[in-house]
Amino acid sequence: MDVLVLSGRGQEFANRVSLESGQPVQQCYQCGKCTAGCPAASSMDYAPHQVLHLVQLGLEEEVLSCRAIWVCASCYTCTARCPCRIEVARIMDILRARARRKGLHRGQRAALFADLFLDSVRRHGRLHELELGARWGLRTGQPWREADLAAGLVARRKLRLRPPRIRGVEEVRRIFREAARLEEGEHG
Amino acid sequence: MVRYAYYPGCVAEGSGREYEMANRAVAARLGLELVEIEDWNCCGATPGHNTGHLLGLALPARNLALTSDMGLDVVAPCAACYNRLVTAQREIACDPELQVLMGRLLGRDYRGDRRVLSMPEAVAAVGAERMKALTVRPLEGLTVACYYGCLLVRPPAVIRGDDPEDPRLLDDLLRGVGATTVDWAHKTECCGAAQALPHEEVVLCRVRRILEAAVTSRADCIATACPLCHANLDQRQARVNRRFGTDYRMPVLYFTQLLGLAFGLNPGELGLGLHFVPTAELVRKIA
Repeated sequence: MDVLVLSGRGQEFANRVSLESGQPVQQCYQCGKCTAGCPAASSMDYAPHQVLHLVQLGLEEEVLSCRAIWVCASCYTCTARCPCRIEVARIMDILRARARRKGLHRGQRAALFADLFLDSVRRHGRLHELELGARWGLRTGQPWREADLAAGLVARRKLRLRPPRIRGVEEVRRIFREAARLEEGEHG
Repeated sequence: MVRYAYYPGCVAEGSGREYEMANRAVAARLGLELVEIEDWNCCGATPGHNTGHLLGLALPARNLALTSDMGLDVVAPCAACYNRLVTAQREIACDPELQVLMGRLLGRDYRGDRRVLSMPEAVAAVGAERMKALTVRPLEGLTVACYYGCLLVRPPAVIRGDDPEDPRLLDDLLRGVGATTVDWAHKTECCGAAQALPHEEVVLCRVRRILEAAVTSRADCIATACPLCHANLDQRQARVNRRFGTDYRMPVLYFTQLLGLAFGLNPGELGLGLHFVPTAELVRKIA
């Protein structure tokens, strides 16, 4: 049997997550209502209430490298229904951001998707759906997986071929740069 | 004529083109002038707030700043865009420090002083009487399952107005033009949203359950106000059938397409030929 030692360091992690998210993580009493309503729970390694439990126990490495935080669809059902009024989806956001800062997001498909999506926005100011789809296919090594849908979209002229372009694209790039700099400074 | 600033969102130029067509056509009929925000940018959607808290606020905030400059309230037809704009506005309004920070991040004056409306809200504001007066082809005999999904109703502390578990706004609008709407359990069940590419299994399982619930409730079609929900339910319906050996043929329409039909607009102008699941039979039923 594994023995779990709860150290002061563990408490520190739970407190930092509480502070950063503004959510009283320690008040979760593990009722499981978040998990009962979660659309993605069956594809997760840890169910949402277990993710919160990992945070309470201070198991930082374990929670930041789990698949669950990346399978979360950000649907806010957990937040809407929590009897303790804990915004669980907000905590998921915080955990993803922390995982990124520690490089633990690598290999997570949803993190790659977010990167490619935002890269398109950074380049054009708006999302270029075709570019996102094509790069996703190449990066995941399955370039033809979405081909049937792409063909259907092209046939209906629902896939813009040329990238969008806004005049304020430099402003948008600046937002990306400054936001990253400030978040880094804050959490060092 | 009521004027609004208009934030089409990225898919309006692409995969959500028919929603854009229907919104423009119905707005014109309702006397809503939609003035597109010049040089609007992507709101960042789910990837934005998933990546960084400030990024997730600042991308929508630029559009809110542009809206303030126009001196108009803004309509955001995409549920995801609407959710991000309202979230950013509420969160920044609660924190004076954040408001100053936004000004610095954007290099613009941020006030966040204009109302953000979803498309259903903007249409509802026209009033039931006027809607009724414009209805030339009531949707009698048509049974609709109104599907709200997540981002039009949650989180309830941010998105206020409708009941987060049993919303009624779309039902009221479509009943107002003669349709019957069903009471069903999947009004606000998530379709899996942006996980369609990273974790398709989540989306296919969810879409199957939603389609099954709509069939069980004897709906002729599903009505939605979200291009992301629409993409999952319509475009991926054939994949659901292949994966689970089912035979769903459930048309998924944007609510403004149904309103447009009731107002006597022609199906082509409402983009009804652009769906993956055919809508022609449904349209014939109304006409």
